[in-house]
Amino acid sequence: MFQSEFKKIIPYSPYRTLPAEIIAVKPYTSLEKLFRLRLKGNAEFDYVPGQFMEISIFGSGEAPISLCSSPTDKGYFEITVRNVGSLTGALHNLKKGDLIGVRGPFGKGFPIDDFFGNDILIIAGGLGIVPLRGLIRYIMHQRKDFGEVQILLGCKSPEDMLFNDEVEQWGRHIDILFQCTVDKADPDWKGNIGLITNLIPGVTLNPMRTYAVVVGPPVMYKFVIKELLKKGIPDRQIILSLERRMKCGLGKCGHCQINGIYVCQEGPVFKYRDLRTLGEAL
Amino acid sequence: MERYVKISKKDFYKWVDSLKKHGKVYAPKRKENTHVFRPIKDSSELDLNYISTILPPKKYYFPQKESLLKFSIKPFETAKAIQKFEEFVLFGVHTCDLAGIQCMDVVFREDPLDPNYINRKDRMTTVGIECLKPCDKHASCVSMGNHVPRGGYDIMLTEIKGSYIIHLNSQKGEDILQGHSYIKKCTQADRNLLDSLRKNKERVFKEEFIGQLTEVYTVFSKLSESGVWDDVGKRCVGCGNCTTVCPTCYCFDVKDELDLNLNDGLRYRWWNSCQMDDFARVAGGEDFRPGRVSRQRHRYYRKFKYPIDKFNRYFCTGCGRCSRTCMAKINLTETVNDLIKEHRNVSIGI
Repeated sequence: MFQSEFKKIIPYSPYRTLPAEIIAVKPYTSLEKLFRLRLKGNAEFDYVPGQFMEISIFGSGEAPISLCSSPTDKGYFEITVRNVGSLTGALHNLKKGDLIGVRGPFGKGFPIDDFFGNDILIIAGGLGIVPLRGLIRYIMHQRKDFGEVQILLGCKSPEDMLFNDEVEQWGRHIDILFQCTVDKADPDWKGNIGLITNLIPGVTLNPMRTYAVVVGPPVMYKFVIKELLKKGIPDRQIILSLERRMKCGLGKCGHCQINGIYVCQEGPVFKYRDLRTLGEAL
Repeated sequence: MERYVKISKKDFYKWVDSLKKHGKVYAPKRKENTHVFRPIKDSSELDLNYISTILPPKKYYFPQKESLLKFSIKPFETAKAIQKFEEFVLFGVHTCDLAGIQCMDVVFREDPLDPNYINRKDRMTTVGIECLKPCDKHASCVSMGNHVPRGGYDIMLTEIKGSYIIHLNSQKGEDILQGHSYIKKCTQADRNLLDSLRKNKERVFKEEFIGQLTEVYTVFSKLSESGVWDDVGKRCVGCGNCTTVCPTCYCFDVKDELDLNLNDGLRYRWWNSCQMDDFARVAGGEDFRPGRVSRQRHRYYRKFKYPIDKFNRYFCTGCGRCSRTCMAKINLTETVNDLIKEHRNVSIGI
């Protein structure tokens, strides 16, 4: 198990990385690519959707990247990365068979144990779909453990949509209610147009047994949370994942801190209840 | 050995010179009109009559730049960067800086612990020196309770009447004292002198804050939106001096450096500062702590609020370095007192 593999070396050097091989690369948009990875030696490792890895490209550095696969995907793990800087740029230049360094998994993932037996409303905005794809895959693999499942997906335009092959499947699943909206449509677009917030009032749900899982750009949270509270979902059942600069992953370097909280240790997934009193959170 | 021994000032420098055999000795040394911790070759370089050094001794147990990982790209390999940590003696540390060491200990020993830090600390022998008079208007060690020894040292020196009274606090402390005939037992009279010196200090050292620490904590809990922060933030030039010189600031960045062959390299960690404008910015461009007001507030909260919630420990040692070094004359004591005043005024409805 990777987690224990990593735990074995942590006492000596928590900054040591393990080698992982790129076994497939799949470009989704002009900026985003999915990388399927496997630890060298084929070691499996356990993780929870919502957790992240520290990804190393030696010479360019290290950055925290969300896992976008599900632990039920055996034999590999996946990350989806937007090309925005030197490290992600270098990663985008790599091909199948290349090696990168990984550490992790770090942080707290989605509270899946709490989700069991409850209804799930997944709300993904922009790149927020990346960690949520891992959760969606997990739910689909263990479908019977959950109640009603609804997915609301929002992105800028149809060509910005990630995982479009899988999104199409989600749309066809009879046991998943799926809605999608784009800010700007093209002539072929048949779905909704407008902000994701506009979809929430029309959703039918039982607030007391619904967990809303929201991941998206910072600006989205305020508006979505307001709509969810209006629906009567308790703050302890609104789950968010926050982006921060989680440089070391070990609760030391300080970059990811929200007030007194180290996101790399206590997050990146939080209950809204626990964020209400943290001024720097949302 | 007894827990208290003494050494005369005449023999003191002889003993300092003997410390070499326990490792490199880092001690306060004069530099122009101030002092710095530096390696010393012999006791003539030592100057114990000093107020806080420019940098705290953290540079020796948490270096400004240290390698974490050795790597090569092809073939893909990684290795431990540091093979050997060396024994050293940190000599002449004031009680405020000892408090700083204790704060860092708590952080780096917390799971997942930091092996580089622990390895260095395990090889460090700490010799403290007690301050006999307040240093300057910038310090707030009395309010922080760090003007008297509160542990964190292997031995503590207190100068009394031509001698140093030595308090032993560990086996390591005993090791560096053993085998010197000039180190004498402490008499009851000496102990009485030490007691009266401490009593006298209570008179000479005055509290710098206008309230007790419990009140300070309450004030910080309530006044995160105070105008005091606007004032501090407006004056701040964002240079990061305050965090660099702070004995309890430990934030760092991690960077790679490639050799000329562009294949082999080292991954380092460097001191970093929450006062830098890119500190909380992510690759996508979002800055999660924009503006100097919130960044200065964050620095203060990391001394007077967050670590108390987490470790039950104040991370201000009262050394005064941040105020001494600030180009914009932001003064920690003033800030804390302004907050206390504002809180008291609000409580009585002014």
